[in-house]
Amino acid sequence: MTGPTKKKFLFVMQEAPHGSCYAQEALDLLLTTAAFGQEVSVLLLDDGVFLIKKGQQPDRIDSKEIAPVFLSFEIYDVRRVIVEQESLHERGLDQKDLLLPVETIPRCRIGALIACHDRVVNS
Amino acid sequence: MDSTHTPPTMKFAIQINSGPYQSESSESAYQFVRAALRKGHEVYRVFFYYDGIDNAFRYASPPDDEKSMVQRWSQLARRHDIDLVVCISAAQRRGLLCIEEARRVGKVDPDLADGFRISGLGQLVEAAIEADRLLVFSA
Repeated sequence: MTGPTKKKFLFVMQEAPHGSCYAQEALDLLLTTAAFGQEVSVLLLDDGVFLIKKGQQPDRIDSKEIAPVFLSFEIYDVRRVIVEQESLHERGLDQKDLLLPVETIPRCRIGALIACHDRVVNS
Repeated sequence: MDSTHTPPTMKFAIQINSGPYQSESSESAYQFVRAALRKGHEVYRVFFYYDGIDNAFRYASPPDDEKSMVQRWSQLARRHDIDLVVCISAAQRRGLLCIEEARRVGKVDPDLADGFRISGLGQLVEAAIEADRLLVFSA
C-alpha cells in the first residue's frame, strides 16, 4: 500500500442488538479494521447504546451474544468506546447500566468528534 | 502543462449497506459512481456489505418495466472496469454463493452476477485506507 496507511476510523453504531445481524457484521468490520493496524474508535448513538447494556439474555431468542465482543476490545487495541450522553438518558439509562466503562460526550460535541476522524463508517 | 483549469480528481471507495428493494441507497450509490466517473474521478472499489449483497444476485428478475439494479452494476463493471466486491461472510449468511463455494456445498448454480467478485472484509478496509474518501451508502 502507498502513502500513510494508518487512519483514524470512527465506527458509528445506532441499532440495538439481536433484532438483526447488524451488530455482528458491524463488529466484524470494526475488528478487521483494527487487525489492519488502524486506529479504531466506536461511537454508540441512539439505540446503539443498548449494545453494551447489562443483563442481555440473547439465548432466550436463540441469538448470539454481542456484548463480550466489546469486552474484548482491548485485545484488538480498540481504545475508545464513546457513548452519546443524551442517547443514554433518553432511554432511562446511566453509566452504571453499562457493561464497561465508556467515555460519554454530549450531542453538541458529536460533530467535532466526527470531524477529527479520517474515516467514518456508519451502518 | 496547464493544470489551472483541471479540477483535482479523487479516488473514491464506496460501501453499500442495503439492497435494491430496501432503500434508495444502492440507486444513490450507482448514480454517484456514474457521476464521479463522468467527472474523471477514480472509483477504487465498490464494496457490498450487510444486505447490500442483494445487489449481486444473478437471478434477481424484476418485471420488464422496472430497472434491474443487478444488471446496471454488471454493465457498469463491464464498461468501466469497476471492482465490485461482495463480502464473503455477509454473502454466505444470505445464501449468495460464487461457483466455487456453490460446488463445495453441493449446489450447481453460481448465484453471483457478472462483474462481481466475492472476497473478504479486508478488501473494504484496504479500499478505505487507499482511497481519498470512503462513502458509505446505508439504509
